[in-house]
Amino acid sequence: MRRVYLDHAATTPVRKEVVDVMTRYMLDVFGNPSSIHQFGREARKGMEEAREHVASLVGAQPEEIVFTSGGTESDNMAVRGVAEALEKKGNHIITSAIEHHAILHTCEYLEKHRGYEVTYLPVDYFGMVSPDDVRAAIRPSTVLVTVMMANNEVGTIQRLAEIGLVCREAEVTFHSDAVQAAGAIPVDVEDLAVDLMSLSGHKMYGPKGVGALYIRKGTKIRPIAYGGAHEKQRRPGTEGVPGIVGLGEAARLARAEMDSRVSHVRYLRDRLISGLLEVEETRLNGHPSHRLPNNSNVSVAYVEGESMLLNLDMAGIGCSSGSACTSGSLEPSHVLLAMGLDHEEAHGSLRMTLGYENTVEDVDYVIGVFPGIVKRLREMSPLARKGEPR
Amino acid sequence: MYNEKVMDHFCNPRNVGEMEDADGVGQVGNPVCGDVLRLAIKVKDGRIEEARFMTFGCGAAIATSSVLTEMVKGMSLEEAMEVTNRMVAGALGGLPPVKMHCSNLAADALQKAIEDYKGRLLRQEAV
Ligand code: FES
Repeated sequence: MRRVYLDHAATTPVRKEVVDVMTRYMLDVFGNPSSIHQFGREARKGMEEAREHVASLVGAQPEEIVFTSGGTESDNMAVRGVAEALEKKGNHIITSAIEHHAILHTCEYLEKHRGYEVTYLPVDYFGMVSPDDVRAAIRPSTVLVTVMMANNEVGTIQRLAEIGLVCREAEVTFHSDAVQAAGAIPVDVEDLAVDLMSLSGHKMYGPKGVGALYIRKGTKIRPIAYGGAHEKQRRPGTEGVPGIVGLGEAARLARAEMDSRVSHVRYLRDRLISGLLEVEETRLNGHPSHRLPNNSNVSVAYVEGESMLLNLDMAGIGCSSGSACTSGSLEPSHVLLAMGLDHEEAHGSLRMTLGYENTVEDVDYVIGVFPGIVKRLREMSPLARKGEPR
Repeated sequence: MYNEKVMDHFCNPRNVGEMEDADGVGQVGNPVCGDVLRLAIKVKDGRIEEARFMTFGCGAAIATSSVLTEMVKGMSLEEAMEVTNRMVAGALGGLPPVKMHCSNLAADALQKAIEDYKGRLLRQEAV
């Protein structure tokens, strides 16, 4: 049976080149980068090259890149680290309702246990945060604004540069979770005026368990864990060199292949979206144009997401849903609800995220299978009314 | 995540569809996740002769609906009133813990359908 992987927002396969570099840094160049002998120095050299690759991917200086265990740690470090470093200035944080849980739950922790106040900015129907809302929410006590660059569920790309400008004018530190964006679209920390930015390896064909936090020179931040003097005292622990060089190679490839990847997945995405929307009573979620080139997210009326996922899985297709039934917590996607979808629409959502290794044949196969699955489930649905839309 | 029996009922659901001449109908929404099940029964001589379902829900919701329609066939109304969500899940060989609540849908819809049937009887007698 054909197997089609359409869940690149969850994770990507690791590139062969990346695996090769990593293998070398496990078998041959295995030293501890803190050691002064040549074994250690070789490992450090590889690590510093990786830092340069990651820095160039986002237009930063190498010394502004700190390696972490992934996007979640980067987000935690940015939010808690800045909030605690600026506790004398104030206790107010601004974020948006559609952030990743790594941001939202860190904010909730600070609210509940540390006496911080958090403003959760709303989004419009397309999942956009308004820069004016950011401006209006800033107070003298605001220590941090954190807004993601591109949303993991619906792919909406924020007007980040405008938000960055607002923050700069108000002299408020600005962080952005760019885990989905970096490697997928051009990202430049200068153009966007961000002070901190979270990145992850496994969303850009690198390994899992490694990420980075960009910290603009001069930004006040405290570590969130304590130990040795690694990463210029910003993040303790012997650096995970194999993962780090893997991330570096993934970043290098992403930068070199950016244009061809973007145009390929964008073409596939548009073909996929128009194919899926051929089925009646379906609609696109997220912004039609300010959107990650690889993201499609549709809501299918009268059917529930998990049952669609199971059927697609049986057809060899891997994707995801914002349905309550697939979310462990049994709440439908907070992102879709924040965009104003009702429970039923969120329940019937389907996210397919493409990768550059997908082909036109993959997309056409999915488009071919999809209507039959929807039909079968609709025939079973007590909500479906033939010829009589809700 | 689901066992073979669950997947079998999900892929080949038994007794799906509406029932034109139902004796009792129960529709419930799951307060936990928002899924919906409509169950229709046909009753003869105090026993459930046939059951059919329509479900908007996850794999577990569809599979429990399906297995329920098989389970209750031939049961007396008294027996059917005793059916619990654990029994339904058990008939499927178990459900993942996070999916146990889905089986409530089936048990609740069954009770509602029986109550609906009894209510109709009472109204008929009153006429
Ligand atoms: S009925 Fe919704 S999670 Fe199963």
